[in-house]
Amino acid sequence: MELMNTELIDWSRAQFALTALYHFLFVPLTLGLSFIVAIMETIYVKTGDQRWKTITRFWMTLFAINFAIGVATGLIMEFEFGTNWANYSWFVGDIFGAPLAVEGILAFFMESTFFAVMFFGWNKVSKGFHLVSTWLVAVGSNLSAFWILVANGWMQYPVGMEFNPDTVRNEMASFWDVALSPVAVAKFLHTIGSGYVIGALFVIGISAWMILKGRDVLEAKRSMVVGASFGLLVSIFLAVSGDESAYQAAQHQPAKLAAMEGLYKGEERAGIIAVGILNPDKKIGDDLPAVYGDIEIPYALSFLGYHDIHAFVPGLDDLVLGNEKYGIEGAASKMEKGKIAIEALQSYKDAKKIDDKIAMAEARKLLDEYMPYFGYGYLEKPTDIVPPIALTFYSFHIMVGLGVWFIILFLIVLYLTMANDITRFKKILWLSVWSIPLGYIAAEAGWVVAEVGRQPWAIQDLMPVGIAATHIDAGNVKVSFWLFAVLFTVLLIAEIKIMLRQIAIGIKGGH
Amino acid sequence: MKITNIVTNIIFFYVDGFRQMKVGKKLWLLIGIKLLILFGVMKFFFFPNYLKTTYDTDEARSMHLIEHLTKERQ
Repeated sequence: MELMNTELIDWSRAQFALTALYHFLFVPLTLGLSFIVAIMETIYVKTGDQRWKTITRFWMTLFAINFAIGVATGLIMEFEFGTNWANYSWFVGDIFGAPLAVEGILAFFMESTFFAVMFFGWNKVSKGFHLVSTWLVAVGSNLSAFWILVANGWMQYPVGMEFNPDTVRNEMASFWDVALSPVAVAKFLHTIGSGYVIGALFVIGISAWMILKGRDVLEAKRSMVVGASFGLLVSIFLAVSGDESAYQAAQHQPAKLAAMEGLYKGEERAGIIAVGILNPDKKIGDDLPAVYGDIEIPYALSFLGYHDIHAFVPGLDDLVLGNEKYGIEGAASKMEKGKIAIEALQSYKDAKKIDDKIAMAEARKLLDEYMPYFGYGYLEKPTDIVPPIALTFYSFHIMVGLGVWFIILFLIVLYLTMANDITRFKKILWLSVWSIPLGYIAAEAGWVVAEVGRQPWAIQDLMPVGIAATHIDAGNVKVSFWLFAVLFTVLLIAEIKIMLRQIAIGIKGGH
Repeated sequence: MKITNIVTNIIFFYVDGFRQMKVGKKLWLLIGIKLLILFGVMKFFFFPNYLKTTYDTDEARSMHLIEHLTKERQ
């Protein structure tokens, strides 16, 4: 790939990763806590019990702190699209712009309007109207996430568009194909699910800390019941939506699925590696073992990827070198088709300059035919289609392992809170406290799987990251990278400090 | 209820809300500082919109991209 200098690409990539990962430290708690607060307020309105009002207001204040610190951190990514990823931004055209515009309007009208009622309206509007506002804030936050994830889903599986060589942009052919793409829907459900789990872990963790300190124990126990019940339901939902995400990856991003599992040689009735260490010397096409010390769950990968325990799951060797038996086209063949698409674009451009309508029509026909392979034309060698395996593999296994732990934790906490006296189980309480950061680690690991696993593509099959980046000064990108690193770290410290101060005041301590 | 009364009520709703805030005042200050840094410093000095500032028309932007997409292959 005769791309631009790799230093610039790496820094642009690192900057985007930094801002996205930091942004996602704030987002999931907003998504999850908004619903938990709405549930708590619903119990208050139903029962009329003032303690539930106190509990609701406490968690609502923590929700507000997180919301305020996190708000606008996502805007930075929009700055980066215009500066560091200008080629990408132009190429995606209105496909990206439309969902983000809908998100902006929804966020402004739903969240901003009802947010004010939620915080300022306690003694000024009726109980019912206040409750509706709280629910609408939760729904609004989650709808905002939907539109952003639609845009991201399109990058993983570009559908519902036509490439226009005159404007050099992808134009939306079907809004609904873009909005309801199975990848986008699976991504949305799995991402909001992770937010709900983080919200639940946050509530049981903080409540556990209060119980350990002997503060507001009754209110903390009540919070734990809501947090653990919600957490148990949503962590099971998260596992189901994760299954759908893996199924979609198998259909549309098989190299990502193979990297997630460190699968080099494809096989029928493929198992999932529950635990294992990747062989760092393993290369595409050799006979070295891929994973050491692995414990495998038989048939699970075939079932996860194709919902059939006998299905063949292609490995990285098959995807790079091709596999005739299973009808898998190798990367070299796709690269040839990609080159034809790029040459057709070149021919279209030349024909347009001299206004040769016949040549333009011929070039357009060829371009349309080979456009699905367009991005492959920029790759230098077939192995370029392989994402960073170690990072994808370990992130995936950390995410899944933690997901299983969360289900167990919610189950234990719910049982002990409902059927026993959880205040006597100090180890479980401490485990609940220490599971708060684990929720964030799992969510960030999930994003690493999604985005690192998509490499080398900015847009799957259509545009590699090196082509998407803008030719700008790498020094500028480095400076802004460190400025963001400092700014976000300061914001994170501020959030933690303000949160801890508020938690120290206690549930009954005021708002 | 007259429209002017509704508007006055909404304004007082917000004014009262802001007045009675405790932790909220600190948060608004933080939001203000953050937006100032993001738009006043970062956006202004480090994040100009490359295509908008480098090219005047959409046609010129399209030309840039088609050159980029076809040149990178050569």
